[in-house]
Amino acid sequence: MRLAGWGRVCAAETLACRPERLREVAAALAATPSGGIIARRGGRSYGDAALNGAGRTLLTRRLDRLLAFDPESGLLAAEPGVTLGELVRIFAPRGFLPPVVPGTGFATLGGAVAMDVHGKNHDRAGSFGDHLAWLDLMGPSGEVRRLAPGEPLFAATVGGAGLTGVVTALALRLVRAPAAVGVRERRIGDLDGFLAGLAEARATATYSVGWIDALARGRGLGRGILETAEPVEAPPPAPARGGLAIPCEAPGWLLNKASVAAFNVLYRRRVPRGGGRERVVPVARFFFPLDALCAWNRLYGRAGFHQFQCVLPDAHAETGARRLLETVAKGRPGAFLAVIKTLGGEGRGLLSFPMPGVTLAFDVPRRGGAEALLDACERIVRDAGGRVYLAKDARLSAAAFAEMYPRLEAFREALAIADPNARMGSDLARRLRMREP
Amino acid sequence: MTTWVVLGASSSVARAFARAAAAAGHDLVLAGRDGEDLGRSAADLSVRFACAADVVPFDATDYHGHAAFAERIGRIEGEIAVALFFGVMHPQACVDADVALARRTIAVNYLGAVSVLAHLAPVLEARRGGRIVAVGSMAGVRGRLSNYVYGSAKAGLAAYLQGLRARLWRAGVPVTTVVAGFLDTAMTFGLPGMFLVATPEAAAARILAAAERGREVVYVPGFWRWIALVLRLVPERLFKRLAI
Repeated sequence: MRLAGWGRVCAAETLACRPERLREVAAALAATPSGGIIARRGGRSYGDAALNGAGRTLLTRRLDRLLAFDPESGLLAAEPGVTLGELVRIFAPRGFLPPVVPGTGFATLGGAVAMDVHGKNHDRAGSFGDHLAWLDLMGPSGEVRRLAPGEPLFAATVGGAGLTGVVTALALRLVRAPAAVGVRERRIGDLDGFLAGLAEARATATYSVGWIDALARGRGLGRGILETAEPVEAPPPAPARGGLAIPCEAPGWLLNKASVAAFNVLYRRRVPRGGGRERVVPVARFFFPLDALCAWNRLYGRAGFHQFQCVLPDAHAETGARRLLETVAKGRPGAFLAVIKTLGGEGRGLLSFPMPGVTLAFDVPRRGGAEALLDACERIVRDAGGRVYLAKDARLSAAAFAEMYPRLEAFREALAIADPNARMGSDLARRLRMREP
Repeated sequence: MTTWVVLGASSSVARAFARAAAAAGHDLVLAGRDGEDLGRSAADLSVRFACAADVVPFDATDYHGHAAFAERIGRIEGEIAVALFFGVMHPQACVDADVALARRTIAVNYLGAVSVLAHLAPVLEARRGGRIVAVGSMAGVRGRLSNYVYGSAKAGLAAYLQGLRARLWRAGVPVTTVVAGFLDTAMTFGLPGMFLVATPEAAAARILAAAERGREVVYVPGFWRWIALVLRLVPERLFKRLAI
């Protein structure tokens, strides 16, 4: 079966299985070929994290059951194939939300563990792994162990890119929250304005995220829209219309600097100058803005695209972000739109992405020069002491990875105990030499 | 209030069916062999839909246990509806090489179904209410080179259901036969040559709707009715030469 990362730069021909019960998961692990096995469900990792060309891929789509919910404490136990969008759909009407959601509702609980995902509220809420009461991990031997926060294997599994085994269930603390948010949007003129706005939002807003016109240069460098949002009690939102789907491959030239520059200007001008605008939207629309457009990755055409996401520590955030945006704005093929957020602290996982700082993310179409541009961005992030996010990455070098993730040695030690015979494996793990140097 | 008794409730279509029935406001009894797995499915139904969902052990080939099973089902209050989903399918080459596997195919798919339905029929008859839906297969439409032992069991099941339908019609209990084409299940995952495949959710919705309307026969997906028609029309002299 041919599988690809969401950016469609990476793809692999792989053997696949799709267990429907735990005993079938155990059987698949027992029959692992030499290239190992990796769990996959949503396919929303952009690069090669959920690809395993040398071995087998275990599709967790059918492991999608909710196992228990306690409305007193908000504790939910569920299987790994449940998507975060589904949780929002089921629990928002009951007054609960997942404490942390990434930018797409098609991401699953299993993937959220493997990448220790963060949302637009990281300063306040931390990342996904901070809200787990326990994890059931089926190790390569087929034995299920319940892991609690604090155990070494828990820390290796959260953010561990699926290499410690297959999560068969987990308990997540949902939070009481209304089903709508009041979103405030305002225009920001440049990068300094953004950093000041985000610094303020950190202290005052529940959710915050910025959209930067990555084509703007010079005095307009870093201009965009800052969105902040607060939960509001609102009448139940109208049921969502069926999403539009991108029916086929868009031609590669559709997204070019001219068309996107025009889009960016219009996108920015939706928001009035000065006071900006405020509106109330259902949480799903705020959390998952692109989900209404199914298969939006086809917009980039057959060649696909890279997504680059990094975090820059607060001390170097300003210089690092400026260098990145300059590099991207004048580079070829460049990027179109960047997303900027703040992160509050390190995650619990040994390979968790977050650190206190500013995170920037942008798409780079796969055209001539894309790789050189990504390498230049990687150097800037290394100089700033930052990190590249493995959920997005398809390009990082093993050396840079080891430098960016200082707890890698501890991860390798935990992995050597959990999976001594290297039964788990992925293209990402081999590229970054995650198991051993 | 109707309680749907789902036989072979671990399969993906049965799971989707149970969710569809629970979403429609019904209670569920999940019957099958893998108690741990069924427990997870029952928990899922009660968390999602706040319905009652019980697990009752059931083995299609434990014929002697079927009386006790039916007796237990008979204690359920309110209307009882039965959905039969269990089945096994082995590659024909394996079945040809191992007669025991051929016997087992018939034991589960045909004997098991007849045995449990024969025990449950009087329960529904006595109440003069409820309904039955059972999943047959396109394989039962005509004996084919690539799948004829499984096909013969499903053909037998189809004939049995025809008779049962006539009997239970007299008690006001509709019996629906599902003729399943390609469904995206564990049975068919990774098989070559699949086309017009339905998701478990789409199949389940169609099966539930047909059962609730008391339809006699329903093709799932619907287009397979025309494929079945063509299959039936090919003369036997030609059909035996086809490698399908």
